[in-house]
Amino acid sequence: MDLMESIRQNFIDEDRWKYLFDGLMTTLLITIFAVLIGLALGFLVAIIRSTYLKTGKLKIANFICHVYLTVIRGTPVVVQLLITYFVIFGSVDISKVLVAILAFGINSGAYVAEIVRGGIMSIDNGQFEAGRSLGLNYRQTMQHIIMPQALKTVLPALANEAIVLLKETSVAGYIAIADLTKGGDIIRSQTFSPFLPLISVALIYLVIVMFLTHLTGKLERRLAANDRR
Amino acid sequence: MAFREIIMRADNITRSFPLAGGGKIQVLKGISVEIPKKSITLLRGRSGSGKTTLINILSALDYPTEGRVLFKDQDITKLSEGAREALRRKEIGIIFQSVSLIPIMTAYENVEFSLRLAGYEGDRKERVEKALRLVGLGARMHHMPQELSGGEQQRVAIARAVAHRPKLIFADEPTAELDSGTARHVMKIFKNLVEEEDITIVMTTHDISLMDAADKTYVMEDGEVVKNG
Repeated sequence: MDLMESIRQNFIDEDRWKYLFDGLMTTLLITIFAVLIGLALGFLVAIIRSTYLKTGKLKIANFICHVYLTVIRGTPVVVQLLITYFVIFGSVDISKVLVAILAFGINSGAYVAEIVRGGIMSIDNGQFEAGRSLGLNYRQTMQHIIMPQALKTVLPALANEAIVLLKETSVAGYIAIADLTKGGDIIRSQTFSPFLPLISVALIYLVIVMFLTHLTGKLERRLAANDRR
Repeated sequence: MAFREIIMRADNITRSFPLAGGGKIQVLKGISVEIPKKSITLLRGRSGSGKTTLINILSALDYPTEGRVLFKDQDITKLSEGAREALRRKEIGIIFQSVSLIPIMTAYENVEFSLRLAGYEGDRKERVEKALRLVGLGARMHHMPQELSGGEQQRVAIARAVAHRPKLIFADEPTAELDSGTARHVMKIFKNLVEEEDITIVMTTHDISLMDAADKTYVMEDGEVVKNG
């Protein structure tokens, strides 16, 4: 079978390209919303954790966050996805994509939290002193002085976390979501030719990741240029 | 000096800190000081003499164990934390030994930030520029802190502390990290501020050569005032 024939069979016949296209849309949908949940959750946890480390307040909240981080970072994301779908939402009629968004978002939140906490803790204690001497309370110091600096430090790492998350969503097929990976696999199972569909899937991920990496690099250079201003 | 009005008075200040192994250490042993208005008052002593602890208490950053601090007919040690923050925001300026400028803001923005916090109601731009010119940095106001020398950064910190026209400036070893020439320059700026801006300055130092710049000096040793004049 020549290449053209193979392309026709894998992508054109029965509109099989749609598996890849629809799959890609699903992958992007899950990734974007999971990133948003991860950011919100991650910042919340990071602020609670660093407030506890800096002031000794929020002891109980910090303990809960600690358990969350340990469990999420100590178990595989596939297992978390399966538990979320079959155990937590087992008896509830709920969209699988929504389940995946929640599972991946909660998973990503743990990693975001540690990145952001590192950023906050890296800011010199003199900056907290500066805030106090200017008459700001702890919350205002965080908001006006610490977070803007921490954010700048962690922005590249956060962008990287989003890229990692995009690739991790490829296990969504475990709960029968037709994401990009699953789409390629469906074509393979129909045409019995694994090469083109799977290589296409890999190439699509690669192009997106390279594009995002390029943007991150640009962002990093801009931040560095800002420093030299 | 007896004819001068007293802007702040501290009576019988003691301060002890708990020790890690139990027990406590008494850093200040019943100190009374009077700060004359429109003057430079020096708290001189070796490290460990308690001068930083005292200046932190006078500037409402810390509380005494016993004793009171009178400013504008009220005991500021009895004020709520919120009221003390407002005091630091509006009536007091604080300068530290190690410069605590916000690194992601230019010199101008650093000064303007403290003006905004103080709720300064006049032409902010004019005031910021005036404050920076006062410390001799009119030409470098749009530089980032890391582009300025240590002495220049300290002068920005001084401009930031005086911009909102506080009644009282507290400076903890403001010249300790500067060479003697720059230190003298800073003292000259202080003298200028007292004359031109109706400001009262209280500063700590271990440097005997700065004595002649002061209107009043308290020499501290081991938590007590051993000499004043």
